[in-house]
Amino acid sequence: MFGTALRVLVLATLVTGLLYPLLLLGVGQLLLPAQAHGSLVRVDGEVVGSALIGQSWTDAAGDPLRPWFQPRPSAAGYDGGASSGSNLGPENPDLVAAIAQRRAAIAAFEGVDPAQVPPDALTASASGLDPQISPEYARLQAARVADARGLPRSQVLELVQEHVRGRDLGYLGEPTVNVLELNAALAALG
Amino acid sequence: MGWLFAIAALATVALFLAVVHRPLGDYMAWVYSAPKHWKIERGIYRLIGVDAKSEQTWQAYLRGVLAFSAVGLLLVYGLQRLQWWLPYSLGLPAPSEHLSFNTAASFVGNTNWQSYSGELTLGYTVQFAGLAVQNFVSAAVGMAVAIALVRGFAYRRSGTIGNFWTDLVRGTIRILLPIAAIGAIVLLAGGVIQNFNGFTEVSTLTGGAQSIPGGPVASQEVIKLLGTNGGGFFNTNSAHPFENPTAWTNVVEVLLMLVIPFSLPRTFGRLVGDKRQGYAILAVMGVLFVASFAILTAIESGGMGTAPQLAGGAMEGKEQRFGIIGSTLFSTTSTGTSTGAVNAMHDSYTALGGMIPMLNMMLGEVAPGGVGSGLYGLLVLAVIAVFVAGLLIGRTPEYLGKKIGPREIKLASLYILVMPILVLAGTALSFAIPGVRDEVTSVSIWNPGVHGMSEVLYAFTSAANNNGSAFAGLTANTPWLNVTLGLAILLGRFVPIVLVLALAGSLAAQDKVPATAGTLPTHRPQFIGLLTVVTVLVTALTFFPVLTLGPLAEGLL
Repeated sequence: MFGTALRVLVLATLVTGLLYPLLLLGVGQLLLPAQAHGSLVRVDGEVVGSALIGQSWTDAAGDPLRPWFQPRPSAAGYDGGASSGSNLGPENPDLVAAIAQRRAAIAAFEGVDPAQVPPDALTASASGLDPQISPEYARLQAARVADARGLPRSQVLELVQEHVRGRDLGYLGEPTVNVLELNAALAALG
Repeated sequence: MGWLFAIAALATVALFLAVVHRPLGDYMAWVYSAPKHWKIERGIYRLIGVDAKSEQTWQAYLRGVLAFSAVGLLLVYGLQRLQWWLPYSLGLPAPSEHLSFNTAASFVGNTNWQSYSGELTLGYTVQFAGLAVQNFVSAAVGMAVAIALVRGFAYRRSGTIGNFWTDLVRGTIRILLPIAAIGAIVLLAGGVIQNFNGFTEVSTLTGGAQSIPGGPVASQEVIKLLGTNGGGFFNTNSAHPFENPTAWTNVVEVLLMLVIPFSLPRTFGRLVGDKRQGYAILAVMGVLFVASFAILTAIESGGMGTAPQLAGGAMEGKEQRFGIIGSTLFSTTSTGTSTGAVNAMHDSYTALGGMIPMLNMMLGEVAPGGVGSGLYGLLVLAVIAVFVAGLLIGRTPEYLGKKIGPREIKLASLYILVMPILVLAGTALSFAIPGVRDEVTSVSIWNPGVHGMSEVLYAFTSAANNNGSAFAGLTANTPWLNVTLGLAILLGRFVPIVLVLALAGSLAAQDKVPATAGTLPTHRPQFIGLLTVVTVLVTALTFFPVLTLGPLAEGLL
């Protein structure tokens, strides 16, 4: 009985543990190499990140940089090697305080009324690597980014609009704006 | 407007399952009953030394299940303890004894509770040779046990209930592998990665640095869902954009979790020779699933609680691309099946919202449940329902032509007692033993107040039901929780399997009794309603008191 069990496991390891993933590795490399390697984004030929992995756009002190669109708060600090949510519960005083503090900080940073800051800007994502923000949050940032770069506000707002991705099939999920792709497009404007 | 999107998403899922469950259910019935073996299977049977033509008694079938799982447990444990010496381990050391035990129990028990952090603890070799293999075979074991029980109903005066080894091999080769390969290519197209790159260091546009993780994710992702396992490659599971990149891959992942559990009732109907019986079981699963999704979505969209109100929506621990509906659909699926994958952090759900995944598990994972385990769980409840009908309306207790006698009722009753005992005793002991309580409250619990109690209750509910999801703020990587949760997983998996196979043996030995005027029809809405009520009532009565100490206290006070 145990001998049979062991032999089945060895065979299963060869087929499902080795052959199956290697076969898919081959399929991925041949047919879908861009996705298989992580949807990497290049600027001037240099890889600057992955379209699927969010980044922080801060200075060395951790303060947000004015010329770049900012992502959602992250419990992982956008460390690609350690995805994490905050796991703070709905009544946790730390979370309540963090949301109030973020609302005030973002309103001051963008120069807007605190009531205008959307929920995604105030809450940490599940993965800590959320690459996207809501179109509302992106539009809220457009004026500040345009001023910092000396660009016309309408041009930056238009760029945001081009980067809005609607719901999949028109009804699945939420509309999003990919922060890295938007910032890469900004960089290309010069 | 939001509820329209919720209905549309649910309708998409329902439409797909409506189309697929018939061919897949019929195909699975054929897989487990066709007399002919494939050539490759004959080769395998020769190699492993199994006589594929002979059937086994329930005791021999059970010995096969237990021996196979015991060897798997030892192997996964050993691989982890030897990780330092294994190739492709990314320089990672061996996890501790208690963590290795927990992870081994968790993957062999089709639970995939993760006390460890995926990208920081396990290298490629353990992920492949240990975990990925168990993702396939533990799922195939669950299906085999379910089919053995179905045979108990279908066979007459039989001393045997099938052959475990052929069921195991066929389930893996003919069902899981082909669907997994197709599913993985679909997910790859959506952006799920499949490489051996390790970490790629990039310099960002701000002049900073970021390391982008790599790994054979697509191949693992698909079997983790299809086999209702749930163990993520990365720490944040299907919330990680490399595991679940878009709103449409999110729906594909939901479908992967549901496709086998919702097709097995058709397989059951086929094998017992009355498809209507399968549809009755399917209807109960469907009703519970839809109700759970509707309630959870309404609660989360309502966004009750201090923090969600302050933020203007319950988006803490949720990804922007999924939004609230994409998150609740995934949570309902993942806890209604015994998958336990997450695409949002249940710990950060609203207080009452976080209770719904718990309730899904407390139902005993039958809406629609894990691959195989959902079907056998609901069939055991059907036996109870038939008995209750006998007491209430004076029908003779029969199900599918088999008499439900004292032995069958004893086995079924023991089955429904195992899980609540594990959940309640595990939770209670964690707070009752003085030394343990100090560690649990100071080290393990993350959120203050009653929410912390919910974290521990969620953990034991998840382990005993072989789900694997968590209120993930809980630090479970402590000797106490690793060992007790590991034991809850093993007992929650294998004690019910012993009882189910004993039930299968006892049913198979009976002849069929012809239906009479006193027989309760078990394919009509009356029985569907009865079975639904029995399922909900058993849960509600057992767990209501402890829920008032946790999520109900937090959400209603």
